[in-house]
Amino acid sequence: MAVGGDGASPAGGGRFVRAVPREAERVRFTIDGKAAEAQAGDSLLTAILVQRPVLRRHEFDGGERAGFCLMGACQDCWVWSETGERLRACTTPVAAGMAIVTAPPAERFAHG
Amino acid sequence: MAEVVIVGAGPAGIRAAGVIAAQGLRPILVDEGRQPGGQGYRRPSPGLSLDMDALMGTEAGKYKALHADFAALLPQIDYRSRTLIWGIEDRRLYCVRDGRQMTIAFDALVVATGAMDRIAPLPGWTLPGVFTLGGAQAVLKDQGCLVGRRVAFLGASPLLSLAALQYRKLGAEVVAVCDTSPFRDKIAALPQLAAVPRTLARGLAYLAALKRARVPLFDGVTPMAIEGEAGVTTLRFGDGQGRERRIACDAVALGYGLKPETQLAELAGARFAFDARFRLWLPVTDEDGRAGEGLYLAGDGAAIGGADAAEASGALAALAVLHDLGLRPVIDERPVLRRRLARLRRFQRGLARAFRWPVPALSRLPDEVAVCRCEHVTAGEIRRAMDEDLGPVDVNRVKAITRCGMGRCQGRVCGPALQEIAAAHAGLPVEAVGRLRGQAPVKPVPLGILEEEEA
Repeated sequence: MAVGGDGASPAGGGRFVRAVPREAERVRFTIDGKAAEAQAGDSLLTAILVQRPVLRRHEFDGGERAGFCLMGACQDCWVWSETGERLRACTTPVAAGMAIVTAPPAERFAHG
Repeated sequence: MAEVVIVGAGPAGIRAAGVIAAQGLRPILVDEGRQPGGQGYRRPSPGLSLDMDALMGTEAGKYKALHADFAALLPQIDYRSRTLIWGIEDRRLYCVRDGRQMTIAFDALVVATGAMDRIAPLPGWTLPGVFTLGGAQAVLKDQGCLVGRRVAFLGASPLLSLAALQYRKLGAEVVAVCDTSPFRDKIAALPQLAAVPRTLARGLAYLAALKRARVPLFDGVTPMAIEGEAGVTTLRFGDGQGRERRIACDAVALGYGLKPETQLAELAGARFAFDARFRLWLPVTDEDGRAGEGLYLAGDGAAIGGADAAEASGALAALAVLHDLGLRPVIDERPVLRRRLARLRRFQRGLARAFRWPVPALSRLPDEVAVCRCEHVTAGEIRRAMDEDLGPVDVNRVKAITRCGMGRCQGRVCGPALQEIAAAHAGLPVEAVGRLRGQAPVKPVPLGILEEEEA
C-alpha cells in the first residue's frame, strides 16, 4: 500500500500524488521561469504540488505554504502571474502558456 | 414573474432549484464551483478515471441521482457556475465571473452555501502538508490526487474514518486516525445517534473496516504538535492512556466537524443565535428555512445536517418560497420533509456530542502558535492585546486590534478558535464574547472591481 517518501522531501519531489490516471492533453506552463508540464483538468495547485513539495511563500510570515482548505475558502494558495495577477491556485485550472510566480509581487520587487 | 435566485449548487441548492422549476418558474442558480455537486457530491474533473461508485460507497446511489436530476433540470434553470458573490444589498447580488463584475436582482433568495471544516490550531499547523479534512477529500474527488503518501487524520469527526478509508482505497498509507474525543462521549451520544440507524451503522462500519485493515486508531488523543522543517514529517500526540506518540507522516488532514458558510446569509440580513451544542453562532430560521423577508436558508449553510438533510431542507425552503409568493406548489410534501429534516438534524446534534470541539485544548493553546494564518497573529498576541485593552471583551475588538480574523479568509478558519481563546482568557462563557461579523467583500475579488481593495 505504501508509496514511499519521507515527508520533507517526498519521492519525486512532489507533495501530491496522482492516485488515478487522467486521460487529458498535456499542458505546458512555467513555474518561476522553469518549464513544467501538467494535464488539462488539473488545478494550478495540483499542477504545482505534484512536482514540488511547497506551493508558495506567504506574504507576511515568509513561511512556505502548500494551501490549506483546498476548496476556495481560506485564500492560502494564492500564486501570481508574471504580470502580477493574483490566482487562487485551488480553483484556477492550469492553462497552456501560464507563467506562474510563487513569491508575492512585493517580495520580487524588494529583491530586484 | 418573481425572480427566485438560489446560491450554491450542492444538494440543497439543486433540490431547491428542482422544486422552483417544477412550478414553471425559471430560477437562477449561482455557484462558485466549476461543476455542480458542492463539496460532498463533488464530481471528478474531466478525464479522470476515478471510480466514484467505489469512492462514494453506500452513498453512490444518492450521488448519481443528484447529478442525473441536475442534468435533467439544466434546461429549465439559469445556471451560472464559476460565479463568486461578494456582496448583497437592496435585493441585489454583486458577483464576479471571469474577472467581470455583474449584479443579479432577486425577489426571493435561497442561500445554500454549505460548510467548511472547523479547525483547531496546534503547533505546526501552518506547515506545508497540513490540510483540512474536507480539502483532502475534495482533492481526491476533483483531482484524483492524494495530499501525501503517508497520511495522518486528526480531529473530532466521523468523517475522519470515511476519509481515511477513501485514502487507503486509493493507495495512501494511512499511518494513524487520531480522534480527540473520548470513547465515553460516543456512548453518551448513542440515544441521539439512534435517530438515524442507517447512518450510525455506516459510521461503525467505517471503523470496523479500518480495524480490519490494521490502521492505527486512537481515541481521546491530545494533539501536541505537527513537526517538520520544510514540511510535515511527524505528528506528536498523547494517546488516550497518556503516552506520548510520534508518528511519521508527510501529510495531516485536520478537521473538527463542519461550520456553516454564513457570510452571505449575514449580508442578506439573517440574525444569529449561539448554539451551545455545536458551540457555533447559527443563523435563525423557522422550520422551513425562512430567515427574513424574501430570505431562505438551506443545507449545511443553515444548520449542519449532512447531505440528506441538505436535500430535504433545499426542497423545503423552495416550497416556502412558493407559498410566500402566493403560489400553490404542484407537490406539497412539507410535513414529510419537516419530519425528515428534524430527525436528521437531531442526529447531527448527537454527532456534535460524540465528536466534541476541543475547548480545553484551545484555551491552553501555547502563546507562540499562529491562530490566524492570513495575518500571522499568534495566541500570545491575542492574549496580550486583551490584557492591554480596557474596553469590553468582544471578538470584533480583538480582531480590530490584532488583525486576527481580518485577513483574506475573513475569519473563516480562525474564527471559532479566536472565540474560544478570547473567552478563556477573559474568563467568560464563549457566547459572551460575541461573534466575528462578516462584511463585503466576503471573498477577495480581483483588483479594480473594488476601488478601495487593499488600499
